[in-house]
Amino acid sequence: MRIIVCIKQVPDPQASSSGTKVDPEAMRVIVPQGTPPVMSPYDENALEAAIRIKDAHGARVTVISAGRNLAKPVLRKSLASGADELVLLEDAAFEKLDSYATAHLLVAAIREIGEYDLILCGRQAADTDAGQVGSGIAEILKIPCITAASKVELSDGKVLVERVVSDGFEVIEAPMPALVTASSEIGDLRYPKLKDLQAAQKMPITVRGAQALGIDAAGLKRVNLVRLAEPPRRKTECRIIGGETPEEAGANLALKVKEAKLL
Amino acid sequence: MAEYKGVMTYCEIAEGSLPSISREVAGFGRKLADDLGEELCAVLVGSDVGNLAQDAIGLGADTVYVVDDPLLKEYQTDAYLSVMEKVVRKMMPRILILGQTSVGRDLAPMLAFRLDTTATLDCVGLAIDPGTKLLLQTKPVFGGNAQATFTSDFCPQIVTVRDKLMPPPEPDASKQGEVITLDAGLDPAAIRASLLKRVTENEGGVRLEDASIIVSGGRGIGSAEGFDQLQELAALLKGAVGASRPACDNRWLAPNRQVGITGKIVNPDLYIAIALSGSIQHLSGCAQSKSIIAINKDPEAPIFNYADFGVVGDWKKVLPAFRDKLKELLPG
Ligand SMILES: Cc1cc2nc3c(=O)[nH]c(=O)nc-3n(C[C@H](O)[C@H](O)[C@H](O)COP(=O)(O)OP(=O)(O)OC[C@H]3O[C@@H](n4cnc5c(N)ncnc54)[C@H](O)[C@@H]3O)c2cc1C
Ligand SMILES: Nc1ncnc2c1ncn2[C@@H]1O[C@H](COP(=O)(O)O)[C@@H](O)[C@H]1O
Repeated sequence: MRIIVCIKQVPDPQASSSGTKVDPEAMRVIVPQGTPPVMSPYDENALEAAIRIKDAHGARVTVISAGRNLAKPVLRKSLASGADELVLLEDAAFEKLDSYATAHLLVAAIREIGEYDLILCGRQAADTDAGQVGSGIAEILKIPCITAASKVELSDGKVLVERVVSDGFEVIEAPMPALVTASSEIGDLRYPKLKDLQAAQKMPITVRGAQALGIDAAGLKRVNLVRLAEPPRRKTECRIIGGETPEEAGANLALKVKEAKLL
Repeated sequence: MAEYKGVMTYCEIAEGSLPSISREVAGFGRKLADDLGEELCAVLVGSDVGNLAQDAIGLGADTVYVVDDPLLKEYQTDAYLSVMEKVVRKMMPRILILGQTSVGRDLAPMLAFRLDTTATLDCVGLAIDPGTKLLLQTKPVFGGNAQATFTSDFCPQIVTVRDKLMPPPEPDASKQGEVITLDAGLDPAAIRASLLKRVTENEGGVRLEDASIIVSGGRGIGSAEGFDQLQELAALLKGAVGASRPACDNRWLAPNRQVGITGKIVNPDLYIAIALSGSIQHLSGCAQSKSIIAINKDPEAPIFNYADFGVVGDWKKVLPAFRDKLKELLPG
């Protein structure tokens, strides 16, 4: 059993939830200073799903991450959590790729690895919010794709997936090799032990550049960013309703809500 | 690119009729087709769906393609993907629009890669560039902290649009259009993944998408029992209960109650946010509510920057008093 997990490094979406700015001239997003890089949250869920399968059935788990100036200690956390191998695709040309180019780049690395039964991605990366790369990889490799998984299991040599839909969930079965994109309902990535974190810092990793992969990633780009702007912001002046006690504040809030005819 | 022409909408069907997202998509499609001076067509895929063709015409379609097959009764990725691949290859629309629903999120990117073109999901703005005639595709990125506008030189230009951006067009029953039936011609070998079961999780009551009042809780609610109190308030106000992602991940509430960029987009008259911090990803789904009330023990919580009224305090103390006072004040 071979599992490949695609993990993107992003600026911590929690830390940058407020204070993120836009430079419209340079068409760049500027996250607050000191925002640490992390594994994109849904990719952590994907890794957790992979490690659970490894625990249950035994598997070799390979993590692939593409980008520029990757923070190796951050990505090595995947090894500490239970992945066996880390492949970094690192090149100046791998910055700011669109979904099309990224999918093709990751496929080039997956083809080098050669063997795989299951590929796991996050349902959507926290920076692009594109929600496409997983589906793209599956289509290029011509393997079935199941998106927004809340549970991933193996049964009789097939992958059995529960996926979140707007009014409930679906249970889908697919032959392998297959690709599954992970949603948060899978559960958080386990917290690695300190000794595993330390050991992971010393494990060998593979680093591949554009030339080694024989891919002109930037040349594969298909969409053009023509504008980047601040989102329209809801403008409000919040009126804080007080009281002697929290209970009184709650009652006062009811009075205000009624007075303002919100109900 | 010259041979690609017109705008195509994918008309999602729910319980035998066209849900509001399909009507909204029709509105976007009509506008773009008019701006281009080209035709609008709609695609209906399902089983026994031909009767909806006239509805699609009434919403603005000049032509409706109906793909009707018992095997298409329910959405299944591989089957729908192969049908849409066939329809698009044959009709060659310049633009294809779907809704940002469970179906659109799943289908649009795979279809784009299969056709070797591009897709932009979760668009909040669509317009035709008057100079290049390309589709300007605007979507939130970085959780909603920025909005990016993309163009693509590849056709069809595939997009999904977020719901509740525009009121759907008024149907015009007298509008004429052409209905063309296409054969699904499903190849069993194309169906790789199979749907074993669909489970509807509906606790009854008002649907989140339709509610005019939403009582939403976050991580600070702390338990499923805590949410019972929110349910009680929602029942009193004839509203629905929503939640932030951590509350759903903890299964205090079903996943389909999640509000936000990867959950549901809502725009009620009143959104009551209790013990949730107001992350950008959550606000992306509810900031368009007419009024927002926040109850949070942390005066610095970002939700207060979006709320009209707020109470700083422990919800366990504030909420019961709020509810009891409302009971007193509300008629009936
Ligand atoms: C790509 C991506 C997509 C995402 N999509 C979504 C999405 O669709 N929807 C979504 O919600 N999130 C989404 N998230 C997660 C999001 O970033 C936040 O982590 C999440 O919204 C935080 O939920 P919360 O406010 O409930 O929890 P927290 O941020 O932990 O906030 C809890 C709040 O409760 C308050 N509190 C605690 N106890 C009490 C008490 N007793 N009384 C009063 N107040 C109390 C605290 O002061 C705090 O403000 C997404 C993240 C990513 C990266
Ligand atoms: N640069 C990357 N390196 C590794 N995996 C990636 C990269 N970009 C995207 N992915 C994977 O594709 C998923 C969807 O990304 P996106 O389509 O950009 O939302 C992510 O959650 C990752 O699993």
